[in-house]
Amino acid sequence: MQGRYSGDTGGLEERLLNLIERARGGSRALAGKLLSVLETPSPEAGVLLRLLIEKSGGNHVVGVTGIPGAGKSTLASQLIAEYRRRGLRVGVLAIDPSSPLSEGSLMADRLRMQRHATDPGVFIRSLASKGLLGGLSLAALAMVEALDAFGYDKIIVETVGVGQADVDILDVAHTILVVTMPGAGDDIQALKAGVMEIGDVYVLNKSDKPEAEQTLEFMKFALEAGTVSARHGWTPRLVKTSAVQGTGIPELADAIEEHRVFLEEKGLFAQRVEDRRVKLARLYARSLVDDMVEEIVGEKRAEILDTLRKSPDPYRSILDLVLEELRMRLQRL
Amino acid sequence: MSGLSLQSYEPRGRPPKTPKVLVAKLGLDGHDRGAKVVARALRDAGFDVVYTGIRQTPEQVVEAALQEDVDVIGISILSGAHIHHVSRLMELLRDLGEDIPVTVGGTIPLPDIPRLKEMGVREVFLPGTPLQVIVEKMRRLAEERQGARKI
Amino acid sequence: MKVFKAPLCIMCVPTYPPRGLPMPSLFSERELDEIEERLKRWEEGPLRRSLERYPERRDRFTTLSGIEVKRVYTPADLRDYDYFEKLGLPGEYPFTRGIHATMYRGRLWTMRMFSGFGTPEDTNRRLRFLIEHGETGLSLAFDFPTLLGIDSDDPRASGEVGVCGVAVDSLLDMEIIFRGIDMGQVTTNMTINPPAPILLSMYVAVAEKQGVPRDRIGGTVQNDPLKEFMAQKSYVYPPEAAVKIAMDVVEWSVKNLPKWNPISISGYHIREAGSTAVQELAFTLADGIEYVRHLKGRGMEVDEFAHRLSFFFDSHINFFEEIAKFRAARRMWARIMREWFGARKERSLWLRFHTQTAGVSLTAQQPWNNVVRTAIEALAAVLGGTQSLHTNALDEPFRVPSEFAAKLALRTQQIIAYETGVADTVDPLAGSYYVEWLTDKMEEEAWRYIERIEAMGGMTEAVKKGFPQKEISDASYRFQREVEEGRRHIVGVNIFVEEEDEELRNVPLLEIDQEEAERRQVERLRRLRSERDNALVERRLRELREVARRGENLMPYILEAVKAYATLGEITNALKEVYGEWVEPPII
Ligand code: B12
Ligand SMILES: Nc1nc2c(ncn2[C@@H]2O[C@H](COP(=O)(O)OP(=O)(O)OP(=O)(O)O)[C@@H](O)[C@H]2O)c(=O)[nH]1
Ligand SMILES: [Mg+2]
Repeated sequence: MQGRYSGDTGGLEERLLNLIERARGGSRALAGKLLSVLETPSPEAGVLLRLLIEKSGGNHVVGVTGIPGAGKSTLASQLIAEYRRRGLRVGVLAIDPSSPLSEGSLMADRLRMQRHATDPGVFIRSLASKGLLGGLSLAALAMVEALDAFGYDKIIVETVGVGQADVDILDVAHTILVVTMPGAGDDIQALKAGVMEIGDVYVLNKSDKPEAEQTLEFMKFALEAGTVSARHGWTPRLVKTSAVQGTGIPELADAIEEHRVFLEEKGLFAQRVEDRRVKLARLYARSLVDDMVEEIVGEKRAEILDTLRKSPDPYRSILDLVLEELRMRLQRL
Repeated sequence: MSGLSLQSYEPRGRPPKTPKVLVAKLGLDGHDRGAKVVARALRDAGFDVVYTGIRQTPEQVVEAALQEDVDVIGISILSGAHIHHVSRLMELLRDLGEDIPVTVGGTIPLPDIPRLKEMGVREVFLPGTPLQVIVEKMRRLAEERQGARKI
Repeated sequence: MKVFKAPLCIMCVPTYPPRGLPMPSLFSERELDEIEERLKRWEEGPLRRSLERYPERRDRFTTLSGIEVKRVYTPADLRDYDYFEKLGLPGEYPFTRGIHATMYRGRLWTMRMFSGFGTPEDTNRRLRFLIEHGETGLSLAFDFPTLLGIDSDDPRASGEVGVCGVAVDSLLDMEIIFRGIDMGQVTTNMTINPPAPILLSMYVAVAEKQGVPRDRIGGTVQNDPLKEFMAQKSYVYPPEAAVKIAMDVVEWSVKNLPKWNPISISGYHIREAGSTAVQELAFTLADGIEYVRHLKGRGMEVDEFAHRLSFFFDSHINFFEEIAKFRAARRMWARIMREWFGARKERSLWLRFHTQTAGVSLTAQQPWNNVVRTAIEALAAVLGGTQSLHTNALDEPFRVPSEFAAKLALRTQQIIAYETGVADTVDPLAGSYYVEWLTDKMEEEAWRYIERIEAMGGMTEAVKKGFPQKEISDASYRFQREVEEGRRHIVGVNIFVEEEDEELRNVPLLEIDQEEAERRQVERLRRLRSERDNALVERRLRELREVARRGENLMPYILEAVKAYATLGEITNALKEVYGEWVEPPII
């Protein structure tokens, strides 16, 4: 993986195909290593991505989002168990935020799912979001293709809490679960504002709590009042669960299934797959350009400040300045 | 496509290879103060740290390490059952043909250090080891591992 | 939308003086003014000159809790100090000066060394050795499988049997541990939590076999579930169930074992997990508050059970802070019991506590130094008025103590008790401007935490949210960074380091034949399972599950199961079926 790319994809492709086959055959060690290749967009990673995409697109991607601490990871662990009972293989991507200071990250969502670690039908991978726009990183998008290609029937993507930026889970998942919990007061307001618009299935978790009924009423009301947009004519479902007691889980899995059937009937299933691939391209291109702009602005700091003071049309001048540099850099690629 | 240099191909926002470590507590041991302190120190030093939590079997640790594809496995064990559990862990890795470097920290009586090393453990961190030393050694092991990686 | 269990009495957090009363003081206004006046002159004169010549070692001096310590304390730091409100006399409300009038002049604290390893036979020998050398109370340490309710023949126990304490699988083992020890004469502490009802039942069953009447069975089970979730991490069941089961033990003991302490509300583990002294104090009392509420919720009167609640604290290395903590704890608990819960009986107001010196302060580097640290910490516990004490052995960072190291630790206590004279007067540090100021400070900061926990709906809720866990973890990391940056010194670790750590090699460690211990326990279990009345065991376990589902007190049924030789693991598994198991929130 070092040095310049030779352009000779023959040997590489064969090797990668072989590895993919073995990962599909159940080698979680190889699956793990292949995912790592996808972490950085190298030429090899590109070839790998293409090979994966040849095989992916058929499996169901379930996004899990919601307020921090709502029980997303615990619920994911229960869903894994339910899917295993149904004879399905499950892949999980758990995305955690990075520390803005050190670029390091501490990923512990896995802790709640560790009981599935030794189950050969389950594969769990943690990923740091590295501060890219939204909660989903470029790597995550590529990894979804991989898990799909490796034959995991259900791919659960848990993302960092809920913020407006997290809405990008829309482009990745076929079905989006929005997880909330009782008595989350202010957070529910936040839900109304943003996330109440993205869910296909709303989950009121921690329904073992006494305050659950009240919140449930509130959510029902919000859903009926149409605060919630019905994407493509799907009426969002509301499911009550307790991830710690394991109640409501089959119902949740059923609701997710109904949504899958709905997507397929409407021909939307494949469209979502396309959406997420376009998204991958967009994220990649944008991060490249972003980085270049970052660099240019850094280098041209003095000139920019000068322009701002002196130019008759500062916006125009800044544009010229940056565009010129950008062009040069793009050409060098 | 040909002729592209690897470097220009990557977004710059992050260094291309963040060292990734699994911090795991083996056996029934619940002493997690040290593991957490070390996990935080590694995070602050720029590592990606996956924490498994307490009461892990060697099988769970190995599986997690492979699925996460970490560069180093950092075991924390204060229960005195290190020889038993670590030897099983090393055996599992060996059987799988995996050579992820393994380090062990915690309550390790001195005579056990050579025994752990014989099993293939790369570093043993006793109580009182400065975090700085831990970070440096873990980084070196991670770099070594990344250098040896091929697909 | 927030619906909380209404805290009993948030507004009852005591304030000084009670609103509307004039402020009485130890010193007259005139004296205080004069002291302040002189202080000012001193600062401008002698102090300034001294600082010019000899700058101080640091810009700020802080306790382990981060409380800033001033250069000097005077009566001016105790303005508005009401002696009776804050101190009183020994054995009098608010018990700051001690719960007994004569304290150690009457009876010394109980010297109780935490011990246990290997098989029940090994541990029986160790207990008898310690009694021979003047130990006055027993304290049992259990191995990991036992702590978690796992039998020695369970695959998860493999490699762990007998390492960190004694293995107990069934009543048979408890019978062996107490062979030749008169259970009517000694009191025994058992550091056990989720399986506490099981171990207590075994203890009672063996004592009965020895012919000891129930009203003479004395001792303690730790049985403090809340701190398991934040610190000790030997939890099994989820928080609500864990609290319920623990309170079953308390309720049953109060009614059946008048001399037994059915709970030891523990700050020790919280502290050792990394908390500050203030957090230790606050979280422990908040746990206590939660338990009292639960017991009252069962329809018991406070005065029925309060005198059976006992506590357990750490004695760390920052000498005065620890003493202040113990004193503040007594005062706060007395207030909580009287003012929040309306306790009437004097004994309900007592905070009786066991102390252990700080294991975490002991170092693997130059381990002989640990003897000195432990002595200082033990002294703080005694000056703080503890009822019983465990002193750590110098080999603490390596293994459970050798015979030699355990004896040396016991001798440390004996020297404090019999040679130093510190036990000859009650609460000798009272009236130290610094100690009283710090006692107030500890109290003030601890109340602040307690209020926050109350606002969350009490400690069970706070623990589920991960609040204390996060606070502890942050404090622990902060401390570690301070050591790392040389802002805190540890001799042999980051100051006076010796490269060739010769002494380290000289510490002789206890040899435990782990494999042999495991083999023997597994064999004993195999025989037990083939010889006992298995139909009876099955019936007892079935009854237990039913009772658990009905929500009744489990104790009588566990006692019956234990007497039928059901094993620790079997009983725990039966309860897990009903209550489930806890997986902790990831808080780092
Ligand atoms: C604190 C402590 C506790 C606390 C734990 C709180 C917590 N949540 O962690 C409490 C009071 C709850 C506790 C309880 C028990 N303890 Co304890 N405890 C200790 C003590 C005093 C200090 C450990 C510590 O946290 N040190 C501070 C941290 C920062 O240091 P550290 O963990 O050693 O980590 C450093 C290195 O080891 C290394 N490291 C550690 N992990 C990792 C991981 C990685 C990846 C890396 C790179 C490095 C690394 O780097 C760190 C920084 O230098 C030790 C003795 C000692 N002084 O070491 C006994 C000790 C570990 N405990 C012991 C025992 C027996 C118990 C109990 C079983 C007692 C009982 N029978 O009831 C219980 C079990 C509780 C449980 N469920 O696990 C024994 C173990 C004996 C053995 N190994 O043979 C010890 C050695 C004491 C003794 N001599 O008896 N304990
Ligand atoms: N009472 C109750 N508690 C739950 C339930 N599900 C999860 N919890 C608790 O809620 C806390 C958070 O659970 P997680 O699964 O870590 O939540 P999360 O949404 O993944 O959290 P983040 O990833 O940190 O945003 C834990 O303490 C869980 O035990 C539930 O159904 N009922
Ligand atoms: Mg999570």
